[in-house]
Amino acid sequence: MEIIADQGTVFLIIAGVVSLFMAWGIGANDLANAMGTSVGSKALTVRQAIIVAAIFEFAGAVLAGGHVTGTIRKGIIDSSSPVLLENPQYLVYGMIAALLAAGIWLLVASHRGWPVSTTHSIVGAIVGFGIVGIGFDSVAWSKIGTIAASWVISPLVGGFVAFVLIRSVQKLILDREEPFAAARVWAPFYIFLVGFIISLVTLFKGLKHLNLAFSVEVSFAVSGGIGLFVAAVGGVLIRRVQAVGEESQKGRFSNVERVFGYMMIFTACSMAFAHGSNDVANAVGPLAAVVSIVQSGGEVTQKAGLPVWVLLIGGVGILIGLATMGYRVMATIGTKITELTPSRGFCAELAAATTVVIASRTGIPVSTTHILVGSVLGVGLARGLGAIDMRVFGTIAMSWIVTLPAGAILAMVFFYIMRAIFG
Amino acid sequence: MSIFDLLHKSPFKPMQEHMRIAVRCANEVPGLFEALIAGDEEELKRRKDEIFRIEMEADNLKNDMRIHLPKRLFMPVARRDLLEVLDHQDSIADVAQDIAGLLVERKFEVPKALEEPLRKLVAECVSACEFSLKIVEELDELLTAGFRGKEADRVESMCTELNGIENTTDELGMALATVLFDHEDEMKPISVVFWYQIIQWIGDLADHAEKVGNRFRLLIAQ
Repeated sequence: MEIIADQGTVFLIIAGVVSLFMAWGIGANDLANAMGTSVGSKALTVRQAIIVAAIFEFAGAVLAGGHVTGTIRKGIIDSSSPVLLENPQYLVYGMIAALLAAGIWLLVASHRGWPVSTTHSIVGAIVGFGIVGIGFDSVAWSKIGTIAASWVISPLVGGFVAFVLIRSVQKLILDREEPFAAARVWAPFYIFLVGFIISLVTLFKGLKHLNLAFSVEVSFAVSGGIGLFVAAVGGVLIRRVQAVGEESQKGRFSNVERVFGYMMIFTACSMAFAHGSNDVANAVGPLAAVVSIVQSGGEVTQKAGLPVWVLLIGGVGILIGLATMGYRVMATIGTKITELTPSRGFCAELAAATTVVIASRTGIPVSTTHILVGSVLGVGLARGLGAIDMRVFGTIAMSWIVTLPAGAILAMVFFYIMRAIFG
Repeated sequence: MSIFDLLHKSPFKPMQEHMRIAVRCANEVPGLFEALIAGDEEELKRRKDEIFRIEMEADNLKNDMRIHLPKRLFMPVARRDLLEVLDHQDSIADVAQDIAGLLVERKFEVPKALEEPLRKLVAECVSACEFSLKIVEELDELLTAGFRGKEADRVESMCTELNGIENTTDELGMALATVLFDHEDEMKPISVVFWYQIIQWIGDLADHAEKVGNRFRLLIAQ
């Protein structure tokens, strides 16, 4: 207890810095990938992507990021374990160690071009320090089981939803005699879907941490309203798309793609929102744990609230990461993806964003990148993409096998170092 | 890793490029025969060199494509089917090359009576190749449409039309052979034998073009 009282401020500062470091890594990597699809299909320029991310990543983190942050903060390590009750500072050391471990792993892996999931890194790291620092039983293994299962299921869900979406686009728009006319008719409905689904999942029964309670009916009504507003905005934008060279052979679908280009602006926003709702927690959850212990003077409680400024640190860190290194990643993706046309990108992004936001709502940390991969594969299964390199799935599997232990081991090492320094 | 590692370069653009090159070969053939009829040996040789050059371009692209189509790629069409279409595309260029080569090796003479039917046959066969190219150019539209629906139906009916064109070339080929038979006695016997070979090969241009179309049906069907 005394350690916390003596060194509390030091811990806060260290935790804050390390959390910012992790957030920066998430922005440079994860978010760059998520926004890269929009840049790659030419729906947004890199600059526009950063602006979109700035607004919606924050919104996602603040409005919808509370559940996952809660899970990371207190859902993985059981704070009623006797070791922790005696030595609450171990949780501080551990969370700082986890952030450092995950952040460094992110740096190393992305430097070498290995596939890295920020979510897997931080969860592996927390489990790691939990096992050695506190005790095998202090880890909530059933929760870990649920999380691990969702890591397998969520890309599949993303794929399924994307498949359904692209098939509907094929049937309603691409298959028609006049695809361009059909696109202009159906686009507002699809845009409505984007606004409605994201709002509904976020607002369902209210926003606890902002003290807003909605009944089920109100949730639907508000979401419907947001959906309609978004669809109206979209409708105005779509009207600006002129038919160019419709008679030519190549013109038939290129006009449709231009409509989808505008539609992708909305899915880009939803991707940023979804990413914010799930991945900011990776940087901020551990920080929130440290903050709650230090502020309560060593009492490890499950019930402490989540200060909004903590979410803001994560958001700012991610944006700096995106604007500095993520810039280059998005630009590279932009020049190299020529195959992801807007109609495909729209379906993949909407499917991924929906899946992530649902996971965020249920408080489960998932990998946005893996879900996006699953969604792209879903589009491919509908015969919508030229060539998908299945080797990526091998590298994803490898990354699971490597990232979890790597994060865990690094966190264990840093935990011991912290304990040696601070006692 | 990033998302772009997932999306491999699509093989469809190179397919279309290859077909354009192959049909360029076929397009040289009418000029080849005009030179033959006019007895212009220099022009004949020039055309033949051009065909040989273009055919090599086609070969290089074909081999390049084969190398860059690993089994691990997941595509909306079967890999085998795609490679078979490629083979038939390439055969168009190969046949043009065979014709050009033979015309230069042996000094063929064209009896007056053969000129018109010959021109008609060559023109129709080349037009079959051009039509086949139109079908191949639909590949990116097919991809956008997901290889189904109205677009697939359009391509299907184009293939049927191509079948019709090829039937016409068969008839023209037989007509030419009939004229040849009527004038056999005026010509050197060995020349006659090789003339039948030439007529066969010209018809093959349309045959391979038709096969490209037929294999396309398999691509769509899946």
